Amino acid sequence: MSGKLHIMEKEIYRRAPADAHPPNLSPEYKSTTGRAPRQSAIVLPHTLSEITGPLLESERLDALENDLTKQRSGEPLGERIIVHGRVLDQDGKAVPKAIVEIWQCNAAGRYHHPGDQHDAPLDPNFYGGGRVRADEEGRYQFITIKPGAYPWKNHHNAWRPAHIHFSLFGPAFATRLITQMYFPNDPLLPFDPIYNSVPPGSRSRLQAAFDLEATRPEWALAYKFDIVLRGRNATPMEG
Amino acid sequence: MSQGLTPSQTIGPFYFGTVTKAYHQQLAPPGVVGERIELALTLHDADGAIVPDGLFEIWQANSHGRYNHPEDRRNLPLDAGFDGYGRASTDTQGCARFSSVKPGRVPWPQGGMQAPHINISIFARGLLNRVATRLYFDRDPANAEDPVLKMIDPARRDTLLAKQDEKGWWRLPVHLGGPRETVFFDC
Ligand SMILES: [Fe+3]
Repeated sequence: MSGKLHIMEKEIYRRAPADAHPPNLSPEYKSTTGRAPRQSAIVLPHTLSEITGPLLESERLDALENDLTKQRSGEPLGERIIVHGRVLDQDGKAVPKAIVEIWQCNAAGRYHHPGDQHDAPLDPNFYGGGRVRADEEGRYQFITIKPGAYPWKNHHNAWRPAHIHFSLFGPAFATRLITQMYFPNDPLLPFDPIYNSVPPGSRSRLQAAFDLEATRPEWALAYKFDIVLRGRNATPMEG
Repeated sequence: MSQGLTPSQTIGPFYFGTVTKAYHQQLAPPGVVGERIELALTLHDADGAIVPDGLFEIWQANSHGRYNHPEDRRNLPLDAGFDGYGRASTDTQGCARFSSVKPGRVPWPQGGMQAPHINISIFARGLLNRVATRLYFDRDPANAEDPVLKMIDPARRDTLLAKQDEKGWWRLPVHLGGPRETVFFDC
């Protein structure tokens, strides 16, 4: 394993700073101990394999996939909300046409998933999955209901703060991201080992902002959540 | 203007239908050229126990070695109906299956060619960031000259080599930890 890889590509994706992401081994989140790799990852130069990735241009998305309140015969229970934002890179440039996928529990804190045994009601009118393709400016929007908090078994009296899971591909294999969006000032955030696995300086990027401007009168509150994916490095590098 | 990256979080145990679609396991519809392959990827934790709530994603070139992506500008054929992308949850045996065609070779930036390989992302409850690895085909003569395999401690290279079973399936166990921990890449 030589440390002398000469990388002379015109452009590669920038490496994340050390405090950008949570360490995989975060013992407060108990199941990381058996699943976090212990050996350090080998830094790969960016070849065609890493700078290409699924754009899913032929993926067909239905018109209602971004409205989670209209996917069943009736209206789901709970507080209707608008969740919108932009997909950007580190230079603030729009990532156009990215597919954004979300999944979440219902207003009572229960997932429409066979593995979820939480004693809270299922809502026959809420499935909890959505997809949308961002526009040329990277803008996306979902209509959904505010997810509830739910208990989990990590420690005594453990509750997940309300959150929506987000999945994005971006332009390359190197830009793949799965994350969670939280609501501003949720009182459960200081006690959540998953949220707190993120280094303190980067944590708040996972909180959406309440957005009065996008809030629709007599209809729904809006939250804004911009997602920042890796940007490209235009300078040749040698390492 | 520099913006902070959005941090990664675990996929959790309760991802579902939006994330997995049955057609994402069949990468190559009839008519796509190339050697047909069946893949069986299994996920194990540090104790060797199977992980039944994981997600595998694969990304590969077509049989000509061409990626279906604007960044690959080489004059090689694209196959209609072949994106090169697959995604599947692990089942109760910790296994995710795909059918596809064997990828062709793609260039290495400093010259020469990489051996046929499939790029893999792994997500699971308990994994705060995705981990990425590659699948290579055991006994492919091109492996001997592959620049990525050469970067790896020979004792651990085997963790990237899928082996063909008696039914012809290419099997690759992925170990998140433990004595057989798979080689993962920062890509
Ligand atoms: Fe969740």
